[in-house]
Amino acid sequence: MSEATASRDNGTEPMIEMTGLNKWYGDFHVLRDIDLTVQRGERIVICGPSGSGKSTLIRCINRLEAHQQGGITVGGITMTEDIKRIEQIRRQVGMVFQHFNLFPHLSVLENCCLSQIWVQKKPRHEAEKLAMEYLERVQIAEQAKKYPGQLSGGQQQRVAIARALCMRPEVMLFDEPTSALDPEMIKEVLDVMVELAREGMTMICVTHEMGFAKTVADRVIFMDQGQIIEEAPPETFFNHPRSERTKLFLSQILGH
Amino acid sequence: MTTSSASSEAAQTAMIPQREPPVRRRGVPGWLRQNLFSSPLNSLVSVVMLVVTVMVLWPLLQWAVVQADWLGETRQACTGEGACWVFISARLESIVYGFYPESEIWRVNIVFAMLAGVIAWLVLPRLPAKGWMALFALTGFPIIAFFLLAGGAFGLMPVPTRDWGGLMLTLTIAVVGIVGSLPIGILLALGRRSSMPLVRGVSVVFIEFWRGVPLITVLFMASVMLPLFVPSEVEFDKLLRALVGIMLFWSAYMAEVVRGGLQAIDKGQDEAGMSLGLGYWQRMGLIVLPQALKLVIPGIVNTFIALFKDTSLVLIIGLLDLLSIIQAGLTDPEWLGYAMEGYVFAALVYWVFCFSMSRYSQRIERKLHTGH
Repeated sequence: MSEATASRDNGTEPMIEMTGLNKWYGDFHVLRDIDLTVQRGERIVICGPSGSGKSTLIRCINRLEAHQQGGITVGGITMTEDIKRIEQIRRQVGMVFQHFNLFPHLSVLENCCLSQIWVQKKPRHEAEKLAMEYLERVQIAEQAKKYPGQLSGGQQQRVAIARALCMRPEVMLFDEPTSALDPEMIKEVLDVMVELAREGMTMICVTHEMGFAKTVADRVIFMDQGQIIEEAPPETFFNHPRSERTKLFLSQILGH
Repeated sequence: MTTSSASSEAAQTAMIPQREPPVRRRGVPGWLRQNLFSSPLNSLVSVVMLVVTVMVLWPLLQWAVVQADWLGETRQACTGEGACWVFISARLESIVYGFYPESEIWRVNIVFAMLAGVIAWLVLPRLPAKGWMALFALTGFPIIAFFLLAGGAFGLMPVPTRDWGGLMLTLTIAVVGIVGSLPIGILLALGRRSSMPLVRGVSVVFIEFWRGVPLITVLFMASVMLPLFVPSEVEFDKLLRALVGIMLFWSAYMAEVVRGGLQAIDKGQDEAGMSLGLGYWQRMGLIVLPQALKLVIPGIVNTFIALFKDTSLVLIIGLLDLLSIIQAGLTDPEWLGYAMEGYVFAALVYWVFCFSMSRYSQRIERKLHTGH
């Protein structure tokens, strides 16, 4: 914790730094020489065709996937094999998954209290108070006593965001948060994400929601075949893409 | 007919009001008609099954209840028309307590009462502090029960385990087996899915060894072979050896049941736990196992039931459990010819315990259902 606060004080240090990152699944080279630096408060959108390694990339940040070469530093902590260090990194990094991954045997409130009680060792009433605050912010506080299975997809994803925020993370990772949602529920989740971005949260979002990218992103990153192909502010990215592959991709997702 | 083009573009402006569903036939006659007499063939089958059921049940009822003899002390009390339950009641003490000294039977009764109390506490939904009670059931209770049953401390007369027998022995083996095999099985199941090769290897070898050997062989090995390997000064109690054998044997089965549940849990659950900073044991204990165990309650209870019934195999190493003590009673010259009563009673006792476990498991399943 002290390490985290210490690094927060000197605001110049980047939040996330990846250098020369390489990863293979067996013989398949999924991530190729990734260099990426994310500053505090920066909002990054990563897009690209499926199988391009974008999810794998953000899952490396909190070590849901292990990389084989290169270095990752999160909030001043350098990733090693050491599980204590990995857990220290994970405590600073909130993650929202495509399929929500709420704990179905726990109520919404308990979902949000779990890490506060067991990782941060907070007393239950304190944990519940903070959980209710965040549930309020994602506008789902009235469902706190329900179980995830009783909620709609959009509601579940908002709970998942609240659950991640309850750790008071320094960074939020979003792994295609709206891809599994019915069209009419996408907006309620994006609204929450936009609000979060406005409050200055450091965010890395893998998403195909180009409207979201245009509204909040500081930088859009296009990946293909495990490489970062193009990296630009949304204005430039959408209007003047440089690479042919980016142009092709944009024409495919914006074309209709 | 008039304007087909107009109708294809029509928009419903008025909402269709909600209506009651069509009335279903209610009550007993309605149920009977729908389920038993819905067609001529169905009616015929129903009637035939009814006749067969009555033909089987009626003589049984006659034998077991109507013409049975309940009261008395000796076989002279039995007329021989129906069952002679006097055989059971006269030998009830040995059926329940084995050869436990009569003056010390109160100790067994206290343990029985405590066991019933603990189970009732855990089962009845109203009672509070179930966590503490479960902790007591797993730690305090076995210790108290051990000293009460075995004696040899606190001024209690020692009662060697060879004098233990009957229902008391059956319950001792079953409870120890159940309470021991579940946690060991869970650890083995986790071990088998571990990413550490050594842990995984040991778990696989352990599980496959115990699953590949018949329980009878395990019991034989425990009682006959083990003494050959350990120095003769070290003496393990025969019951203790059987208990360890049974526990390890069933933990292997339990491990595979639990592993089935673990495999059914989506990897995303574990990942979500990781992303929240939870450690391995926290993720297993708080997220994965509660869901996995819930899924395999039927399999776990199935294993418990099999374990309970297989306690009767200890008879082959000379331990006199419920079944074998009844069987021993059949050879008593005073009571020759009452095998039927003996076996029916044994079956009934086993059935009551196993059926209770089954019902309780169904209730837990319903209670733990959270709509996913």
